[in-house]
Amino acid sequence: MQLAGAGSLHAELEDRIERLEIPWSSFGFDPYGASKRHLVRTLLPFCWAYRHYFGVRVHGLANVPARGRAMLVGNHSGGIALDAAMVIAAMLLELDPPRLAQGMADRFLGRWPFLALLAQRSGQLTGLPEHALRLLHDERLLLVFPEGAHGTEKLYRERYSLVDFGTGFVRLALAARAPIVPFAFLGGGEAIPTVANAYKLGQRFGAPYLPLTPWVLPLPLPVRLDIHVGEPVELRGTGDEDDDVVAAHVERVKLAIAGLIAHGKRVRRAGAARGAGQAP
Amino acid sequence: MKILVTGVAGLVGQMLARQLCAAGHDVIGVDRRRFADVPAGLHLCHVDLRKRAAEEVFRHYRPEVVVHMATIGHLFAESEERYRVNLGGTRAVFEQCRLHGAAHAIFVGRHTYYGAGPDSPLYHTEDEPPLGLASYPELADLVAADLYAGSALWRMPDLVTTVLRVCYSLGPSGHGTLATLLKRRLVPAVLGFDPLAQLMHEADVVDAIATAIRARPRGVFNVCGPSPLPLSVLVRETGRRLVPIPEPLIAAALGRFGLPKLSRGALGHLKHSIVVDGSAFRRATGFVHTRDEVQAMTEFAAAFPARRPRPA
Repeated sequence: MQLAGAGSLHAELEDRIERLEIPWSSFGFDPYGASKRHLVRTLLPFCWAYRHYFGVRVHGLANVPARGRAMLVGNHSGGIALDAAMVIAAMLLELDPPRLAQGMADRFLGRWPFLALLAQRSGQLTGLPEHALRLLHDERLLLVFPEGAHGTEKLYRERYSLVDFGTGFVRLALAARAPIVPFAFLGGGEAIPTVANAYKLGQRFGAPYLPLTPWVLPLPLPVRLDIHVGEPVELRGTGDEDDDVVAAHVERVKLAIAGLIAHGKRVRRAGAARGAGQAP
Repeated sequence: MKILVTGVAGLVGQMLARQLCAAGHDVIGVDRRRFADVPAGLHLCHVDLRKRAAEEVFRHYRPEVVVHMATIGHLFAESEERYRVNLGGTRAVFEQCRLHGAAHAIFVGRHTYYGAGPDSPLYHTEDEPPLGLASYPELADLVAADLYAGSALWRMPDLVTTVLRVCYSLGPSGHGTLATLLKRRLVPAVLGFDPLAQLMHEADVVDAIATAIRARPRGVFNVCGPSPLPLSVLVRETGRRLVPIPEPLIAAALGRFGLPKLSRGALGHLKHSIVVDGSAFRRATGFVHTRDEVQAMTEFAAAFPARRPRPA
């Protein structure tokens, strides 16, 4: 069975991955183990979902630098890393030239067979400061969720809230002199409405927890998702500042994201009201 | 220049001795093993580094540069002898360097020093501790020899010490850890994992050591060549077949069905990558590799064709 639009999307994805400004080896691998062939294969279902299942809308794309190091920093939305996949799809499908957003995966991922491999072949490395710095110095586009695993733990009723941010990302951005591009991700909580998290069960599989939905498995509903990208935050410093200085920078980024979430909520509500008004 | 090479009968030792002799250096080779085709100009001393006879070699020749590569290290069955050779030998070499006024000592170590683990970063830098030791205690003697050699940097300030952590070599000789793993037609893999392997042509390894002799950099340096490749590509390009085995079964399968026997700790190297950052060595010495991964794999495969080639 061929999903609608998958064929043309495949060709488009191949073309866009070819246009990524990444130094590929003669076998089609980048120095971090990402591969052109695997990127197409792995990202095709996500890109299809981006276009046809969720119909993701991206606002403020011009804020993402076309080239050079940058750190996309946003909120987690939805019990699994759907948000990361959709941001990666957005950067690949909407930017010109396309860019590969490289996430910093939770450490448990590296221990899982297949998943660890899939992550590496699609340019997603374990969330180590060494990796982040190296990618930034290589002028790559980093994707960071400073809420960490606690961010994906959010329940349905907490879906628009922000939990505590880690501070490491600000130190890294300062050390690498990389601009922080804040973004808000909206709708993940509706697509995967977590009613509870099974911590014990998750730990059995080496994951921090497993999110449970009313239909048990965290399979997403076809809900409209929105990504709002804000203006880059340029921080000046060395990365060796006192904690309170760094905390102030973190707060600034968090406020920017909270502002984008509030704006995004208004847009979604207005859209929903319009949608309801137009309904026959 | 008077250069003493320990472990000269090893593959890299022989190639290095030939290159140094050809360049007009006065080369003294030390090894317990046989060395069939001794190049003209090489003084071969058939002694054990840890015995008194070796002291006489240092005393008599008083080399200016000492290249120490008489260490044993492979992923396969290990012997007790390994511990004694790797640590006792390294200690003896540095002691003789100090006693007999050598100006420069080069320890040729391995990039497996860093170990392979799910949490370890891609691209290790020289300042990292050997974190992989916990999962692969069999490597302890190599790690200890590496760190011991490095301690000469502060213990013997008059001696310029260079510790090289060289990535896997591959080439027509079929020597080395990686080549030994690839020599059979079937190469085991852990299902669901495909680590990046970093390899350089064996002739480039020799060039790198020769470059270190010329440039005489002080410190610890990773040495690598081309960009790393997944193990699966390496196996495919050398005409071998990858046999992915689920992790719970792999311990039982190794050593049977035409698969090599590997120690338990070595399995980590089949799951996770060890990739090093060689930029410090390039900056310090200007070293550039001249043979790419394709050449290394092609020459290896030509010299060691898989026994049962696939029908065309």
